[in-house]
Amino acid sequence: MDMGPFAAWRWQRLFNDSNIFILGLKNTLLISFLALLLALVIGFILGLASTSSNKALKGVTRAYVEFFQNTPLAVQVFFFYNALPALGIKFSVRAIGVLGVGLYHGAYVSEVVRAGINSIPVGQLEAAKSQGFQTLQALVVVIIPQAIKIMLPPLTNQAVNLIKNTSVLSTIAGGELMYLTNKWVSSGTLNYGPGFVVAGVIYFLLCFPLAYLARKYEENLKAKTTR
Amino acid sequence: MLQVIKDIFTPVYLPYLLSGFWLTIKISITTVFCSLFIGAALALARNYEPKILGKLASIYIEIFRNTPLILWMMACIFMIRYRNAQVRGTIALILYTSSVMAEIIRGGLNSIDSGQFEAAKSQGFNFFQTMAIIVIPQCLMRIVPSLMSQIITTVKDTSFLAQFAIAEFFYNSKVLLNSLTKYVVLTSRHIFVLFGFVALLYFVFNFTLSVLARKFREKYSAMGN
Repeated sequence: MDMGPFAAWRWQRLFNDSNIFILGLKNTLLISFLALLLALVIGFILGLASTSSNKALKGVTRAYVEFFQNTPLAVQVFFFYNALPALGIKFSVRAIGVLGVGLYHGAYVSEVVRAGINSIPVGQLEAAKSQGFQTLQALVVVIIPQAIKIMLPPLTNQAVNLIKNTSVLSTIAGGELMYLTNKWVSSGTLNYGPGFVVAGVIYFLLCFPLAYLARKYEENLKAKTTR
Repeated sequence: MLQVIKDIFTPVYLPYLLSGFWLTIKISITTVFCSLFIGAALALARNYEPKILGKLASIYIEIFRNTPLILWMMACIFMIRYRNAQVRGTIALILYTSSVMAEIIRGGLNSIDSGQFEAAKSQGFNFFQTMAIIVIPQCLMRIVPSLMSQIITTVKDTSFLAQFAIAEFFYNSKVLLNSLTKYVVLTSRHIFVLFGFVALLYFVFNFTLSVLARKFREKYSAMGN
């Protein structure tokens, strides 16, 4: 029998167990989607707060961003995984995954939102206020619709990083694609070759279109503004 | 609380933790150093070599930028027969980080006005002279901030090696937690103190780097660029 890492019979095994990879893809998509939602909510709240003139609000958001950006995601997720049950909080592994990845990327999204809002001239906010808008109202109605154009490419890149980073849940048996792939290749006849190739292709097909769109959109935006 | 601290920071455990942190730093430095060279080669190829080499560089960059690092670590550690897991894991980290470095360097190269290339050519500079004397020094100045944030990311990424029993900081702290469960009655306080310490050390190291990056950016923008 051909024992090469990419032998035909290994691919046959993978084909027989294809439902495992489909399940992994489903779970990765679900966790990514929910974590992205959480990251966007946190990111927009903190991003807006960081542009306010309130020093305490600014300080809290700064602390959050610095903490989550300067410590590893793997450590954060592992901490939630161990600390929450110790505190008597019962979360499913998947929920811990959504929480961990969402909180981590929330910090990055908040920086994108802050930069986007700051890119809009202050005069616009002042003009809106002079027309009787409250600050929050002016932000939502006047500033954010303009800033969203600038924020879209880096937000899309964050989504790509988020999808890739859900693979960290393989360390806590998160049930997503990386975990199931690792479990599959590590059992029985060790079909590393096909398993990693297929997982890689799935991740690539999820991430590359997003990264490509972000780049094209940004290039168009640049061409428009420099013309 | 004092007992918890005494349980964790013993004369045996503390040096063990710190030796892990030292390995984290060593792996990070090796990765940054190697991936800067590979990244620069990839960036130059993708930007200035329109044929096979340039295409290959593009394919390499897109593949590594759109797949998870952990996948590459697993593939290298499980499938390659070379030295030990630590070396193979570091190779995976270098391969992955190179693709990110390449895009950062390319961003710097693209920000140099094309007039400078033409001016250099008109003065009789060849391609390598133009690069070494005119383009790369300016490019380096511009990419320092994104380079610094990638260095921070690399330090964080080394923690993925923990799941392959490579004795870096995060792995050693996990081992310590495991060993604590055998010798003391583990409370949530132990988890908080231990991982508070782990997070703190990562934080202090990375935050220092990010402050340096910010200082550099301010100085640089003050120079009128």
